[in-house]
Amino acid sequence: MNALTPPTGVWWKQPLDRVEGTWIVIAFAWCLIMFFMMPYWHVYGKQNLSNEAYRTTPEMFQAKTQAMVDKYKVREETDQKIPVVAPPAGSDVYLIARLWSWWPMVELEEGKTYRLHLASMDWLHGFSLQPENINIQVHPGYEHVMTVTPTRAGTYSIICNEYCGINHHTMASRMYVVKAK
Amino acid sequence: MAVNRMFRTCPSTGLVYHEPAEKLIRWNAVAAVVSLLVGGILALLVTLTRWPAVHLLPPDWFYLVLTAHGLDMLVFWIIFFEIAVLYFCSSVLLRCRLAMPGMAWLGFWLMIVGALVNNVAVFRGDSSVMFTSYAPMGAHPAFYLGLILFAVGALIACFVFFGTLVVAKAERTYNGSVPLVTFGAVTAAIIAVFTIASGAIILIPTFLWSIGLVDYIDSLMYRTVWWAFGHSSQQINVAAHVSVWYAIAAVVFGAKPMSEKVSRTAFFLYICFLQLASAHHLLADPGLTSNWKIFNTSYAMYLAVLASMVHGLTVPGAIEVAQREKGFNRGLFEWLRKAPWSNPSFSAMFMSLIGFGFLGGISGVMMGTEQLNLIIHNTIYVPGHFHATVVVGTTLAFMGLTYFLIPTLFRREMMFPGMAKWQPYVFGLGMMSFSLFMMGAGTLGVPRRHWDMTFAGNALGYEFPGTAYLMMGIMAISGLAAVVGGIMYLLITVGSVFLGKKIQTPDFARVAARDGVAPKPVPQPVAVSHAGIGTAGFVAPGTFVLALVFLTAFVLYYFVNWKYLSTVWPLS
Repeated sequence: MNALTPPTGVWWKQPLDRVEGTWIVIAFAWCLIMFFMMPYWHVYGKQNLSNEAYRTTPEMFQAKTQAMVDKYKVREETDQKIPVVAPPAGSDVYLIARLWSWWPMVELEEGKTYRLHLASMDWLHGFSLQPENINIQVHPGYEHVMTVTPTRAGTYSIICNEYCGINHHTMASRMYVVKAK
Repeated sequence: MAVNRMFRTCPSTGLVYHEPAEKLIRWNAVAAVVSLLVGGILALLVTLTRWPAVHLLPPDWFYLVLTAHGLDMLVFWIIFFEIAVLYFCSSVLLRCRLAMPGMAWLGFWLMIVGALVNNVAVFRGDSSVMFTSYAPMGAHPAFYLGLILFAVGALIACFVFFGTLVVAKAERTYNGSVPLVTFGAVTAAIIAVFTIASGAIILIPTFLWSIGLVDYIDSLMYRTVWWAFGHSSQQINVAAHVSVWYAIAAVVFGAKPMSEKVSRTAFFLYICFLQLASAHHLLADPGLTSNWKIFNTSYAMYLAVLASMVHGLTVPGAIEVAQREKGFNRGLFEWLRKAPWSNPSFSAMFMSLIGFGFLGGISGVMMGTEQLNLIIHNTIYVPGHFHATVVVGTTLAFMGLTYFLIPTLFRREMMFPGMAKWQPYVFGLGMMSFSLFMMGAGTLGVPRRHWDMTFAGNALGYEFPGTAYLMMGIMAISGLAAVVGGIMYLLITVGSVFLGKKIQTPDFARVAARDGVAPKPVPQPVAVSHAGIGTAGFVAPGTFVLALVFLTAFVLYYFVNWKYLSTVWPLS
């Protein structure tokens, strides 16, 4: 009798071996610890992805982003004249993902909290903030709203890490975090 | 139509082959190896492009080749081989005729046509949408049609498998319960039916969308349902390769399962909980609640992880018990030291087990944790993880099984036995290192499915740290080692099957149904006594120590990542 032949006798009455019994108890305890780490982090941890999301359309999201750009634009950068916006702490910050750019650029203050809105105009994109290494999926038709608190001043990169066609690897932008004034 | 009742018995293994089943197993295995060959060439091209110092292909070719590599390996190589395993585990292990061989051939040819249609669509160049083909990015209709045809073929094969179980029961070719390995195959087949149903639910509307009959596919709906297909198909692999571990342990060592009850319950946990893992891919997505994510990503409460941890103990545990009973009973690890390390079936199986657990398992649980996913989602960490599970785990286990099958199924002597001794090490260690350095680069944020991590000529590009480049370089070199291991495997298998020396064995002969009835088993005492082996009441103390080493690595790595997460920007 082995694993390739039918078991003989009443196999479900065969007593558990001590090695197996002990391991099952240990392994299950570890499984429970891992399970409860997730709700625990929602209560005591600071890095939780927001559940807040709304249905949207490219037109609606474009309009809201444009309104923010009109209000808080501080300068333009690169040949494409990408606007850089510096909205006040606590305000809503909109970021458009589209083939194959992020729009606009954002300048935030260190230690302040913002409500960041992410949505795609076309296909799926991936918001990947480097070198912080925060990675969030960006969908068309969904406006994902999260509060974010940059903790260190510096120049960050936003790259796309969801494959979005032939120029996917060119889709990159910046995020500035400046010392609080 | 007369039922084919031609059988032969393999003199060296005692396995019983039904004529149509043997032919189907061979053809499915051959189709699998051909897919592996194509996928392997593509793997080499992908590796050489992601090696920053080489950067071989232009972007359009890179994305095309990466799409084809994913499909040929993850779908065609593995599922063809799994169909062979299903037929083996039903017809051969139950010594029973295969149900409806005609339907099985229909399934096989549908799979062949589907695989070809899909590959043609990709190589035409207008379907470089990756394995995942996320809508609203669209592919040529033939891309989806090929996958649908393939899935229908695979579904037919699953039902031929179930039908064979019914025939075996009706013709009483075995007594009591099916063997453990067959039970594992049943698990794989049940998960396969769920997987294929999910695939149909998402791919059929997407196909209709691609030809203009449906006007909108929601991207979140697509990802949710697609992953019920995409992730579950990897769970078929887990159930299949765990069954293969048990089979190889039985073949090489005559190992008995430590307890049937535990191993079967663990398989049953797979059936109940593995399919929730669609959620692993949606942890960084909007529109789903944390409650949904936590429940599903943890397979209820990590009950499927528990099952894998149980198999991870019981397979080497069974080997340890068998070895100790043969007299290798000294110390903790004599059984392992004296294991047949030059037998490629064993070395492949054992590396598959270690690699799947330590690299694939731990990383999978880590990145399947709701919050921890934020720091690895869509980075190259993800392919690092699944090359450890699917390549080191599944592919290596299947390679080990192949070495057993060549003489008994194909009736050929294995060619290049000296090379075969080394093949699992070259492939397995190369692939483990490949996965490990991919994960390392992913931790530094290197994206997956990305043609140019240097962002050459891009004013806004990100400059990755030097370590990331170093890791990508080592990854590529390890990948080349694995490609060499893959070439060795192909030389040995293709060489043996077509050119190997024929083994003369008794040929097929008619066996009447009443002669195929299994004899009544001699009643045996149920309690298996392992008196005199092991230490401290533990029959497999060495395995237990290895399991504790695994658990320690798991706990440390898990909390290191929480520590890392706690340093990133607060989000809520």
